[in-house]
Amino acid sequence: MGSTSSTAPRLSPDQLEEFGREMDALRQRIIADLGEEDAAYIRNVVKRQRQFEVAGRVLFYVPPAWPLAVASLSIAKILDNMEIGHNVMHGQYDWMGDPGLNSRMFDWDTVCPGEQWKYSHNYIHHTFTNILGKDRDIGYGVLRMDEDQKWRPYYLGNPIYAFLLMVFFEWGVALHDLEVENIVAGKRKLADNRPLYPGLLRKIRRQALKDYLLFPALTGPLFLSTLAGNAVANLIRNIWAFNIIFCGHFPAGVETFSEEECYDEHGQESRGHWYYRQILGSANISGGRLFHLMSGNLSHQIEHHLFPDLPARRYPQIAPEVREICARYGLEYNTGRLSKQLGSVARKIFRLALPPRRSTPEAAPAGEVAAAA
Amino acid sequence: MTLTERILGSKALAALASPHGVDRYLELVSPMWAATEVRARVVDVVRETEGVAAGAAPVATVTLQPTSTWRGHRAGQYVQVGVELPGARRTTRCFSISSAASAPGERFTITVRANTEAPDPERSVSSFLVHRVRPGQMLHLSQAEGDFTLPVSPATPGPDPLLMISGGSGITPVMSQLRTLLRDAPRYGDRAGRVGRRVVFLHFARSAEDQIFAEELAAIAAADNGVEVHLRYGDQRFSEFELRRLVPDFRDTDTWVCGPAGLVERVQEAYAVSAGSTTPGRLRVEYFKLATVVSTGPTTGAGSAEGDVTFARAGTTTANTGASLLEQAEAAGLRPEFGCRMGICFSCTSRKSAGTVRNLLTGETSSLPDEDIRICVSAPEGDCVIDL
Repeated sequence: MGSTSSTAPRLSPDQLEEFGREMDALRQRIIADLGEEDAAYIRNVVKRQRQFEVAGRVLFYVPPAWPLAVASLSIAKILDNMEIGHNVMHGQYDWMGDPGLNSRMFDWDTVCPGEQWKYSHNYIHHTFTNILGKDRDIGYGVLRMDEDQKWRPYYLGNPIYAFLLMVFFEWGVALHDLEVENIVAGKRKLADNRPLYPGLLRKIRRQALKDYLLFPALTGPLFLSTLAGNAVANLIRNIWAFNIIFCGHFPAGVETFSEEECYDEHGQESRGHWYYRQILGSANISGGRLFHLMSGNLSHQIEHHLFPDLPARRYPQIAPEVREICARYGLEYNTGRLSKQLGSVARKIFRLALPPRRSTPEAAPAGEVAAAA
Repeated sequence: MTLTERILGSKALAALASPHGVDRYLELVSPMWAATEVRARVVDVVRETEGVAAGAAPVATVTLQPTSTWRGHRAGQYVQVGVELPGARRTTRCFSISSAASAPGERFTITVRANTEAPDPERSVSSFLVHRVRPGQMLHLSQAEGDFTLPVSPATPGPDPLLMISGGSGITPVMSQLRTLLRDAPRYGDRAGRVGRRVVFLHFARSAEDQIFAEELAAIAAADNGVEVHLRYGDQRFSEFELRRLVPDFRDTDTWVCGPAGLVERVQEAYAVSAGSTTPGRLRVEYFKLATVVSTGPTTGAGSAEGDVTFARAGTTTANTGASLLEQAEAAGLRPEFGCRMGICFSCTSRKSAGTVRNLLTGETSSLPDEDIRICVSAPEGDCVIDL
């Protein structure tokens, strides 16, 4: 493991193969069972999301109901981005053949064009999860979120960058695909971004037009109040999404990997090791049904990373079985309440702002792993 | 266009509904409300034939009330029909429209023969439409498509005859043409209902019991309308000799042919048109796209890696090596989009138009036509056509 604090057992190639087979079998069982219930579920979520959205837009006409309008629109945007957008664009519902729920046609209510997000997320992040130097979601090119990211004085601003990323999260997600950190490092040319600009600008224009001009204008004299309401709804969605997503891979105890430990001399990784890496590289958040819905079931980050194309409503259902398999192979299943996982992430953001302490490099992380176990 | 339609189709409303589109909101109010998409409510289902002769299958006519977004159809066109099959799998197939040319928003009918040879009857759209669909159900439609249309009408009478040849359920588009001529005759042409020129309607059915629209055709044949109806059953195959007797200069006659491949080939031979020729002549051909369209050649048993892989857009065909379609495409010099190469990221999703593929992760096979597959984890079994 990249992290010096690693306590995860190494599985032999035979164990990894058997482990992979168990995961494949679990996946196959759910795939064979997909049908009407999953379809009814996602259609119902879409229906509710649209109702919250319409209600939010309409309530802005009633000035005393402003907080209610903001709440309603925030819920709509959160559902749209998380339980619907993120999951639909993973292809979780492609089997339905419904163009409105198809990964290649869906786009979400954020400034990031779905088309560009799918490349950096579905391909890069989900294939190379937590491999340092390959997974650009480790710190998103902005933060130091792993001990093995070399410290630079720039990282003294870690907490500030994290705060700004939280407030402007949808913009961060949109600009993520421009790989600015790779351009600075000389690994990517500015010209490589040229094909991305038209789609990005089009999406930004449409989102801004709708939230900051048309809907406010439709409320006439309440223009500014509606404009502010839309901005606050976007902000609430940003803060919520950032917090849920940062609990997915950054709590203490989550492992990172080096390329050498994942790939053999032919550059191949076994399917079993890929599953192994997904489990050790992800963390869950415990909570009730409503919490899982509002987090797009990313509170089941482990199950999501094992089976990114299974409908997310299945994750809570298979979680006990995944946990049981993990226990048999001695793999840690990292989970905890939102407050615990968030606290752990916050400590990491602050701690990694500072250079590693040379005398006791293992003291701090080891303590946190024990707390998380 | 009514005011409502103009508002629903406006750019301003689209901007407000962005990025989801106006229809994603309207459909939640009523499935019959639409701004751009076309849907239809099933109004009536009538069984035409029961499928008596060997190899015959039941046929039903389904009457559809489309949304106001339907732009109408010209006689001979087809429409794509999307049906939610059991298991919440929407599947789309093309069907010729059997009723006379429709105006925007107007009802029309499709006449469907159940595909009894479908690899999985549960997943057959035609079987669903014949056996299961009930009035009140919603279907998803495209606009009318196709160039197999009639350029003449009773308003433009003339000495040139029209010749319509069809086999089995291939009767549907020419029936739409015939019905349009007869419907429009009193309106635009002859008061007595004559269609304004000689029409020869030649049809081949498996048996008299399997004759679709039998009563209507008998009435058309009996009336004084300028239409000659010639029905042939069972072993009475198409022959150039007989056609010459009916229409001596058939090669110089505007002709429409629709039916099974065997019939179409024999007609093309009679017209001295080489198969697959696209030269526009007097003969207009409508091919039937069946679920099992590709001749998969001699079956060589399960797990066979033989056959040919056709990359339709590139226009290349290579021998199937049994590797994943992504690898075979790359070996053929193509550069399809890809990502993880392990079936999780959906970057390489492509449309398979025909053939069987095996999922390399699960071993499951699928033979559905027009199916989106991840080519990095799909290997063809036998012939396969992929839209790359």
